Amino acid sequence: MPVATRARWVLAAATSVALVAGGCSSSDDGGSSGSSDSSKTFSYQSSEPQNPLQPANANETGGGRIIQNLFKGLVDYDPSNAKIRMQVADTIETSDSQTFTITLKDGWKFHDGTPVHAKNFVDAWNWGATTANNQINSSWFSDIEGYQDVHPASGQPTSDKMSGLTVVDDLHFTVKLSGKVSYFEYKLGYIAFSPLPDAFFGDPAGYGQKPVGNGPYQFVSWDHNQQLTTKAFPDYQGVDKPKNGGVVFKMYSTAEAAYADLQSNNLDVMDQVPPSALATYKADLGDRAVDEPQGAIQNIGFTLYQADWASPDKAKVRQGLSMAIDRDTITKTVLQGSRKPATAWVAEGVEGYKDGQCGEFCTFDAAKAKQLITEGGGVPGNRLTITYNADGGHKEWVDAVCNSIRQSTGVDCVGDPKPDFKTARAAITGHQIDGAFRTGWVQDYPLNANFLADVYRTGAASNDFGYSNPQFDQLATQADQAASVADSVTGYQQAEAVLPSGMPAIPLWYYRTTSGYSTKVQNVKFDSFGNPAWTQVEVIG
Amino acid sequence: MGSYVLRRVLQMIPVFFGTTLLIFLMVYTLPGDPVSALFGEKAADPAVVASIKHKYYLDQPIWKQYLHYMGNLFQGDFGTSFTGRPVSDIMADAFPVTIRLALLAFVFEMVFGLLLGLVSGLKRGSVRDTLVLILTLLVISIPVFVLAYIAQTVFATNLGWVTPTVQDSKDLSQLILPAIVLGSLSLAYVARLTRTSIGENLRADYMRTAVAKGLPRRTIVTRHLLRNSLIPVVTFLGTDLGALMGGAIVTEGIFNVQGVGNVLYRAINQKEGPTVVGIVTVLVIVYLVASLVVDLLYAVLDPRIRYA
Repeated sequence: MPVATRARWVLAAATSVALVAGGCSSSDDGGSSGSSDSSKTFSYQSSEPQNPLQPANANETGGGRIIQNLFKGLVDYDPSNAKIRMQVADTIETSDSQTFTITLKDGWKFHDGTPVHAKNFVDAWNWGATTANNQINSSWFSDIEGYQDVHPASGQPTSDKMSGLTVVDDLHFTVKLSGKVSYFEYKLGYIAFSPLPDAFFGDPAGYGQKPVGNGPYQFVSWDHNQQLTTKAFPDYQGVDKPKNGGVVFKMYSTAEAAYADLQSNNLDVMDQVPPSALATYKADLGDRAVDEPQGAIQNIGFTLYQADWASPDKAKVRQGLSMAIDRDTITKTVLQGSRKPATAWVAEGVEGYKDGQCGEFCTFDAAKAKQLITEGGGVPGNRLTITYNADGGHKEWVDAVCNSIRQSTGVDCVGDPKPDFKTARAAITGHQIDGAFRTGWVQDYPLNANFLADVYRTGAASNDFGYSNPQFDQLATQADQAASVADSVTGYQQAEAVLPSGMPAIPLWYYRTTSGYSTKVQNVKFDSFGNPAWTQVEVIG
Repeated sequence: MGSYVLRRVLQMIPVFFGTTLLIFLMVYTLPGDPVSALFGEKAADPAVVASIKHKYYLDQPIWKQYLHYMGNLFQGDFGTSFTGRPVSDIMADAFPVTIRLALLAFVFEMVFGLLLGLVSGLKRGSVRDTLVLILTLLVISIPVFVLAYIAQTVFATNLGWVTPTVQDSKDLSQLILPAIVLGSLSLAYVARLTRTSIGENLRADYMRTAVAKGLPRRTIVTRHLLRNSLIPVVTFLGTDLGALMGGAIVTEGIFNVQGVGNVLYRAINQKEGPTVVGIVTVLVIVYLVASLVVDLLYAVLDPRIRYA
């Protein structure tokens, strides 16, 4: 399936390029590409970062996307196929999936001219993991041995260095994990694992306003709430050398405003078109409209910790409810094609994605749904409440899902809106939910383990369901201990196959990147994070 | 006069404390935990949450938080937002933008509102009076966001005179369109208020006297009629200036103006106490000063009013 969408995109890109070349009469290269100017910058729709610009402190899109461009870690993901590729790292070797020897490439530099050495990684990770530094992403380092010393569950840290990190020399360091994680190198592409220059540690707060990284773009200025300007870094050593002069992150408070600017060429690339434009954006933008899969999924989770839902029989009820949802119709009508019906718990386009893991339970069949719900003893009180946050545009589809359930099974279903995201999250994590809630998962890294281990394992940080299945846990542990990433991927696919029997969460649909770009840029491709391949964007000269 | 102003200024002090306390309590009672929300969909790390709460003084009881905040405020420290920026910096960025926008809208509604009101009020029942009435009725009945989108479509997308959104919020010329949209509703009110007021005063005894004295018509209208008719309009304009500054959230959103409205909206959403309290406190002061100026203007406009 990814192949098909890929092909359609390539076709669209080719036409757009042809149009551009045709419209530009002075361009006489006769090739397939419009003339581009590698010194020109392009603008991208952003929002004001919520935290200071420190790699371990950016977990929202506003700050995260800026950090991604200013920094480059050991590895990243190829935007075209989401596969891992080496950047600062030359090799990452392990014989036991627990101790990793990392060799850096020589010649990488920070924007201030200092070299990127092993200690820049080790110091940055130690700093990011330490409780006292208040870093939002510090739990990313929890695999590393000695994390408990710098980041105890409560109380003061006993050390500011993790014992698992050892600098060998300028270009080598080793990482020892507290357990086996066969796919650890996939995690290393996350921005929290970026290196930091020595200058950072003197003034982290000041640095957060004027970051110095080692990425393809360097920081120029930050006019708060207006825009953040970057320019291409001439000494950048990565495989993805910028084909443009820089990215200007323009802050928008609404997607509608950004869309109006995009249509009039005042904005070059946008994040997501606003819901109000979903029906028309393909007609408005023509070949410049983007519709690509994204590594994110929407689910309905259940409160398995409640006595009503705890008994094994109730798995049948959840399977039945899943079959009562007409995903095809809802994604086409209410969601206007911006989502794709899910058939698994891992999103499409992610490494290890396997179509149809959910089996018949993710297909719409009112009769079978009714039968399963009856066999399972019915929904408690014959009434299902779906809690969601009212500020995320979820009301329409929650109502549609409820209608679908009501019509096909006769179970009374109502949405329970909480005023905003943080209130809904507080209710979910505080176990103050009755029955079901909206949940979802956006990939941290494009690997199936991320969608499974972090969500469905017993006691996992984001296991809001209270789901606990020994078989799933055992398969996940085996997959973690696998010898290679490929074996780990297969292992997690086996673990995913356990989920239909318990149905802790109903997969609804996968997200898609519905976006577009102006007539001033070309070669705009989006990756599975929903980000454009920044360095590949060409500005038409 | 002087003692009156002094008394009014002294009255501002309890109002200032009362509003800051109220706003502080309101932000505090907003549902949800702002620090946990920083973690998004992922589970919040309790150790980091506790550490961040400690840093922002959120682990203290509410009365301590308030005293701490007020203590800092009197040293000129408005606190720090979650972005690590001092709130005073955030306000120094946002207020100039909003003041420009509000003043533009204010001048627009005042000049054109008075003009339209005068034109229609002097000849009630005429064609131009009916036209003004219909026009203002139309503006009053259309919600401001509809008006904003119409203006955006017509002047930016169709005619191409301006960019759809404001590219540089500090550029006065780009703020003209949002200001017109923002001021249009008040313009309608000002026009109608002026019209009614003028209509009433036209029949007043002093008007007949002025006409009988043989004064030129221009003098009658500007010196006698307009000046006396302005009192209700000035009251409205004074309070409206405060409303324009704090209530531009919709317009600022549509035209992407990075002013107070946008910052306040985001801060409320993120439950960022210091930012909300800081901005609202300044807005309250603006209101208080504006209403004082209005009261003083009464005396200027109507010599019968004296303050002692």
